[in-house]
Amino acid sequence: MGKWIVSQAAEVVIEGVVKRFGRRAVLDGLDLRVASGETVALVGPSGGGKSTLLRVINGLTPFDEGRIRVGPHILEAHDGRAQRAAARQVRQRFGMVFQDFQLFPHFTALGNIVEAPRHVLGLSAEESRQRGMALLARVGLADRAEAYPNELSGGQKQRVAIARALAMQPAGLLCDEITSALDPELKGEVLAVLEDLRGDGMTLIVVTHEMGFARHAADRIVVLDEGRVIEDGPPGQVLDSPQKERTRRFLSRLLV
Amino acid sequence: MLSSIAVMLLATTAGFAQPDRDARPLRWAADAEGGAPYIFKDDANPEVNVGFEVDLARALAEALGRPIVFEQYEYKSLILGLERGDFDFAMNGLEITPDRLQRVRFSRPYYVYQLQLVVRADDDRFTSLEACRSRSAVVGTLEETAAEKLLDRMGIDKRIYDGQVEPYMDLELGRLDAVLLDLPIAAYYARPNRKLKFVGKPLAAGYYAIAFRKDREALARQFDAALDRLAGDGRLQRIYEKWQIWNDDQDDVLSTGRTAASAGPTPRWRLHDYLPLLAHGAWVTIQLSVLSMALAVVLGLPIAVARLSGTRWLAWPATVYVEFFRGIPMLLLLYFLYFGLGHTLRLPAFWAAVLGFGLNYAAYEAEIYRAGIGAIPRGQWEAAASLGMSPALAFRRIILPQAVRVILPPMTSDFIALFKDTSLVSAIAVVELTKQYLILTKSSGGFLKIGLATAVLYLMMSVPLGYLSRQLEKRWGNGS
Repeated sequence: MGKWIVSQAAEVVIEGVVKRFGRRAVLDGLDLRVASGETVALVGPSGGGKSTLLRVINGLTPFDEGRIRVGPHILEAHDGRAQRAAARQVRQRFGMVFQDFQLFPHFTALGNIVEAPRHVLGLSAEESRQRGMALLARVGLADRAEAYPNELSGGQKQRVAIARALAMQPAGLLCDEITSALDPELKGEVLAVLEDLRGDGMTLIVVTHEMGFARHAADRIVVLDEGRVIEDGPPGQVLDSPQKERTRRFLSRLLV
Repeated sequence: MLSSIAVMLLATTAGFAQPDRDARPLRWAADAEGGAPYIFKDDANPEVNVGFEVDLARALAEALGRPIVFEQYEYKSLILGLERGDFDFAMNGLEITPDRLQRVRFSRPYYVYQLQLVVRADDDRFTSLEACRSRSAVVGTLEETAAEKLLDRMGIDKRIYDGQVEPYMDLELGRLDAVLLDLPIAAYYARPNRKLKFVGKPLAAGYYAIAFRKDREALARQFDAALDRLAGDGRLQRIYEKWQIWNDDQDDVLSTGRTAASAGPTPRWRLHDYLPLLAHGAWVTIQLSVLSMALAVVLGLPIAVARLSGTRWLAWPATVYVEFFRGIPMLLLLYFLYFGLGHTLRLPAFWAAVLGFGLNYAAYEAEIYRAGIGAIPRGQWEAAASLGMSPALAFRRIILPQAVRVILPPMTSDFIALFKDTSLVSAIAVVELTKQYLILTKSSGGFLKIGLATAVLYLMMSVPLGYLSRQLEKRWGNGS
């Protein structure tokens, strides 16, 4: 790929990031590199720093040491004006989807999706509506455009949330346990949307407990424990022959 | 109303009391707040009430051989309190009027009062009451006085006050064109003020007398006799001379053997007489409430945002504002805005009331906003931020519209409370619904009938609001 494409790329480089809550380091000098177009499944025991890592990448949580580069934008430790500007740039490049959806309850499904294109990007009402309807169709909810969030099932809500994030035309998505709050029979419809996006070449960083999904949909599995990467490799390698004892213990607990 | 903090004021030494008489103290009610020179707090010693009626009460106690104790009672309610039996007699510059004669037994008169018109010293427009009428002056006076009735009879635009100081203050400040009040009041408050002047001769003489319940005839006779003695031996004249309210007219009351005038017929009020007046009062109440609430709602939001901002130099003043306005009594605020700032701001009474309620309620609305905004989950802020929204855009488009659903029901309740709170503004001479009710009942005595009509008017305003509040809660109560 030529250099010119870098401005649209979503390569993520994390170098020595430390995030402390009080005296506990939730991210403890973490290094990680995610290439543009890659799908990475972040797994590991709870409290291992997975969600915090996503929030740090998206600039929702400031960090204490280290450096993060997303495409050409650089996030430094410490909160400041420049940092907030960089965070806004990063957010236009990476959308985020939350475990508990966080749809805007006072807007319809379509209203949720068009809000940011309309008021952040400044698109016309008609343009943003067209974009919104196309995205609803893509996540299989074209017929639910006028439904309010409280009229949607959990799986439908999460698909609207994904469409909402996609409406900003990001190069990648950060997905924070987006199927954890769903009944088993609803998880599939959401994961199918993710696989579809992967096929389009989006960069996906997915925190998940769905090992089945991780195995067949991820390019890499990264295991986080105590704020560090303890295992990083192709799904087959990490799941079937983990190098670290802690990974084995974590996986055996999951599979029981 | 019944702030009867009995002050042991006068107790004659038992030595010369006739032993066969009832020696229990007699309870005398008057309003020390009403002012000089009748009965008021001594400047040098505020624990002590002074005034010509205090001296008169002391002389009466001597003449009757019975101690008299003073009880503080609101002037406007003196006749009512007497009928209820809260005290033995009322003596507080009560004029003998036909409608009062229907309700109480008056003693023989003890003072001939006249009414004095007072204007600003530099104002030559109003030389008489007739001139006031033809040039449509606004004339201040006290509620329930002969002066008020005279203004009504002449069809002069009046403004009613509770105290004797305020009308002269407003006259000085140009909010009134003239003040018509009893001569003793004018002599005490207006004559020393170089910015004011007396115009015309004193007019419309009448009598002050002591009021008793109709079934206390025996007591009233004792007082008649005692007043006769004080008139005869010159003690009455000496008291009046001491207070500089003596004049030749008083010879009339000094002649002994006088009795009170008898009662004439009192006009009866009918529903169609007072309903338009009540409706107008209700309209003032609505205007006052709506404008005050609008101010409070507009002002409350930036205060709440400042408190939530997390920036100390913004949050701190906002907190001070909220605590200050929640902590001071509304009445004090009204007095401060209207009279305290009278020289600098010259706010008309109505706008002073709107400002006062607006500032006060803004503190409460700010707290409602703050609770409402705080009730929106943090995740909503983050979801908005993750879409690239600035904090200001997120607040306007995402947070505030949701918070409004939390905020509206308690704000509607506050609005209903404000409706009723506006009755406080009678203190600064705005006639809204409650004030109109009080005025009407004073002249008609129809507490029950007019009271029911007034209550219905209040309910017609507050019940729909309460219904609206519940509907809003029902519709928005089940959020996401």
